Amino acid sequence: MAKTARAHGTIVIAPERCKGCDLCVHFCPPQVLRLSHRRNSLNHRVVELFDEEHCTGCEICAKVCPDMAIVEVYREVIR
Amino acid sequence: MGQKLFMNCNRAIVEAAIQAGCRFFTGYPFTPATECLEQASHRLPAAGGVYLQAESEVSGINMLMGAATAGFRCMTATSGAGFALMQEGVSHMAGIAEVPCVIVNVMRGGPGFGNLAPTQSDYRLATRGGGPGDYRCLAFGPATVQEAVELTKLAFALADRYRTPAIILSDQMLAETTEAFDLGDPLPEEPVEKWWATTGCKGREPIYMGRPGKIYGPEAEYLSGNLTLNLIGLARADRDPDTFEAHMLRLAEKYRRIEAEEVRAETLYLDDAELAVVAFGTSARLIRPAIEHARSEGGRVGLFGPITLWPFPSRLIADASKRVREVLVVEMSMGQLVDDVRLAVNGRVPVHLFSTLGGVVPRPETVGREIRQILGLVTTDSRA
Amino acid sequence: MDQVFKQTTSAALKSRYDYCAGCGHGIAVRLVAEVIDELGLRGQTVGVLGVGCYSTNPVTFNFDCQFALHGRAPAMATAVKRLLPDRLVFTMQGDGDLAAIGTTEIVHAATRGERFTVLMLNNSNFGETGGHMAPTTVIGQRTPSTPNGRDPEIHGYPTRITEMLALLDGAKYVARVALDKPANIMRAKGAIKKAFEIQLSGQGFSMVEVLTACPSGWRLMPVESLKWMSEVQMKTYPIGELKVAAS
Repeated sequence: MAKTARAHGTIVIAPERCKGCDLCVHFCPPQVLRLSHRRNSLNHRVVELFDEEHCTGCEICAKVCPDMAIVEVYREVIR
Repeated sequence: MGQKLFMNCNRAIVEAAIQAGCRFFTGYPFTPATECLEQASHRLPAAGGVYLQAESEVSGINMLMGAATAGFRCMTATSGAGFALMQEGVSHMAGIAEVPCVIVNVMRGGPGFGNLAPTQSDYRLATRGGGPGDYRCLAFGPATVQEAVELTKLAFALADRYRTPAIILSDQMLAETTEAFDLGDPLPEEPVEKWWATTGCKGREPIYMGRPGKIYGPEAEYLSGNLTLNLIGLARADRDPDTFEAHMLRLAEKYRRIEAEEVRAETLYLDDAELAVVAFGTSARLIRPAIEHARSEGGRVGLFGPITLWPFPSRLIADASKRVREVLVVEMSMGQLVDDVRLAVNGRVPVHLFSTLGGVVPRPETVGREIRQILGLVTTDSRA
Repeated sequence: MDQVFKQTTSAALKSRYDYCAGCGHGIAVRLVAEVIDELGLRGQTVGVLGVGCYSTNPVTFNFDCQFALHGRAPAMATAVKRLLPDRLVFTMQGDGDLAAIGTTEIVHAATRGERFTVLMLNNSNFGETGGHMAPTTVIGQRTPSTPNGRDPEIHGYPTRITEMLALLDGAKYVARVALDKPANIMRAKGAIKKAFEIQLSGQGFSMVEVLTACPSGWRLMPVESLKWMSEVQMKTYPIGELKVAAS
């Protein structure tokens, strides 16, 4: 079977900016985000990338975030 | 050097404004101010400025706010009802954004739609302000075209210096008066650096104009931190210099400074006067013959003419009230200037009011009768 | 790994946004900031912000801004653009600011063909005061001032102001976009960029209406509010380019 290329990525979250609105969790295609039980100084539950292996670096979380709490996204193509 | 010109007051004011550096003029057609728009529409583009007719006076004052906030000298001309529509904008420009502009109010019969004849019944609107909250504007009351020209130039200079709107109270009679005047030279001014002008943040930190508090630089984010406390009045000036309370305290201090330094008034024959007549603008001009006539009969009457209506020459009137026995206020309204005079006189001597309404102007003969009655003069003149 | 996304300079980065969780304004602000940075115009931009949640949070943008009275941003922007024609000038206004109290100013700015860009954030309510009915509230929508839902017999019909403005000769580019899902968010960014480019080419008035979620005003959780936007709000306000004038 031929080996296909796949994307792999990771993100950097700014926990103090996150309001736990759940939009990134909802729209993440590989569903690798969830609201953690960690709370920031405003008492919001902060989102976390709990399954980095399956993150594709698609940037959708950063694009839907209303608070710029996803501050960086990285991606590489693994062949 | 000077420049002798012959035109009516509306047009003369625009000429003075252009010389003073006005580069944005907007207005809404409104009798008796419309000739200001006409003059500006062809003279401003020629001077490299922008003339734009606004769709309403509400829009007009906000165009001025945009122009002023971007650092440009700007002006509008209107009458009472239009000035009334501008009140929210004037309040914001004076009390929050602190940006300069010059507004000409060519007063006509009010209230409401009013008529087209002259009154002075926007005195209170100009000096007290019809917008929300605590604020003041510079206000001037010229009596002749020459005075209007000089006060227009002064208005631009002081508006910039103090970052506040300035109002020139003209009226229909003065507006239509055509006489020779000397445009003169530009006022010698210390250049005012408009560091707060929003021209694009290239090469510097960004500026946020139109909200109180710290408006400049990376610390401007600080406002967000105490935003809620500011909104509900819990942020205190002694704890934090960028609170709303601190802003209002600074505003109050600015007004005290203006009151201390920018009062202007004219006096005539007050040294030996028993009766001081107080009037501004067209009223002051029209009753001059009555004063001269009374003096020719030995009446000890003098004229006190405020030039700045705000800051009001309270201290000068208070001083005069210690020397005279009576005060007569002549104004074309139910009594607005008289309130400020009464406050300044503070009960020392009686203050009488001679009032004309509905566009009717005070005549020297009738005011003369009033003066002689107060002074107890008997006249031999058959005209009286 | 390559960095494919980072925070953009034109958005104020130092403090968190004071918007409610899930508010669409935060996305709109970021898109505008990204476009300005891609065009390299941060130093020559003047934003004029109306009255609403997007401006009560005063440090939304990291460039010069003026704050306008309610509805009056187009008047201020008119003066700024005419006096500083080489700057990128835009207004950011809510639907209440623009389509209620500001109708005079927006109609005349559009009809004069003023060369700035208007961004209307439409969340079908007056968000800052608590979610009250606005001209853009849709039929049946419950708000604190329409407790039984908007009824055309009593409250009239929703105002499609963007369609009205597209009829004016001075308006050269008029579009409506929505921030309800990632694909539409990316289309929204494209429309904002196109509107700015219309301005920079000197053609005339450009406007983008951006449907933004208001979870607090709509009394819905953030994800549900985007569903409501897709399934209900967008029926009254279909997205697309309403006018692309030939240059």
